[in-house]
Amino acid sequence: MLRNRRDAFGWGTIALHWSIALLIIGLIVLGYVMTRPDIDPALQFDLFQWHKSFGFTALALSAIRVIWWLANAHPAPVAGLSAFEKRASTITHWLLVGLTITVPMAGWALASTSTLGIPTFFFNRMVIPHLPMEKSAGAEAFWTNAHAILAYGLAALVLLHAAAALYHHFLRRDTVLLRMLRNERRER
Amino acid sequence: MPLRFPFVFAAAVMLAGFSLQPTASLAKAPSLDDAAGRYDIDGSSQINFSVGQVGGGGISGKFGRFSGTFQLDGQDISRSVVQFALFPETVQTGEPRIENFLRSSAVFDTENHPKITFRSTKITQTGDDTAEIEGILTAKGTTRTEHFEAKLTKWNRSVISFHIQGGIYRTRYDMSVGIPIYSNIVQFDMIVNGQKH
Repeated sequence: MLRNRRDAFGWGTIALHWSIALLIIGLIVLGYVMTRPDIDPALQFDLFQWHKSFGFTALALSAIRVIWWLANAHPAPVAGLSAFEKRASTITHWLLVGLTITVPMAGWALASTSTLGIPTFFFNRMVIPHLPMEKSAGAEAFWTNAHAILAYGLAALVLLHAAAALYHHFLRRDTVLLRMLRNERRER
Repeated sequence: MPLRFPFVFAAAVMLAGFSLQPTASLAKAPSLDDAAGRYDIDGSSQINFSVGQVGGGGISGKFGRFSGTFQLDGQDISRSVVQFALFPETVQTGEPRIENFLRSSAVFDTENHPKITFRSTKITQTGDDTAEIEGILTAKGTTRTEHFEAKLTKWNRSVISFHIQGGIYRTRYDMSVGIPIYSNIVQFDMIVNGQKH
């Protein structure tokens, strides 16, 4: 079952969810490590290039995710959720999906406006052109801040999202987490 | 009509200039006896380099501080010797972050290797005013044989100038960072002015 049903997520959603989740966590850790001031400069250069390649992978998957989200029925919330929980989860999910697009876009803008002018060579395979933006120290500083603030905002939401999933699984003992892990039919 | 004479004159001069150019450059090429001597490489020289990048463009820059001498042999050009040293600390690219990166351990490691040196081992004349220079280049603690093409561009009693070009594989000198985004080959394009002793 690739597509979502009314009571369950399809494999398409589950695969996109977890691959994007892994990429986001990896990219945030990488982004933090590579910007430490005392890092070896050659290693730093390489880590930045990995960050850009994985970042574009995340952007591509997130764009597919958005299309997939719009093209699929969204399963009904797990029974027993309060109106507040439903509202909070809807807002969080919208913010998460929005940030998975805007964080990498801000990174792309940063690479595009940087006066370093380093090309983006996707996994050393394909040049991804810069956005048509003017290179300047001011623009680069702006997008550097925007990228970092949005990314740490995304990290905070990921924590909230994961904490809520664990709360539902271990304390509420409902299927909120389980239905993002498996999609067998439940005829109950 | 009054304009006619200057026009014809100018045209004649231009034609003469074009047709005489090869002869003129031969005529200007010094006899080895005249050019023989010891020269100091002058600060007016330009040590330019460029490294290409994927998708076009690249990094180009120059070195601000260098020194060297060359000894032109009057009898036999192949017995001439060039010695050159440059200080990579003085690299200029127009972007301070790139310059600092080039100075860092990732590239030149100027703290531990403040000097890059070249000493010719063999000079072969390849034309009226061209020669190939073979020599040993030492950078970042590694010594390798490299080749440059030299072309005589200017000469008078006290000054001699060469246009010198050559490509260096930077992987040989433990400077492989950034490959394949940035080319392995560093292209040198230098104007070397020598002041006669």
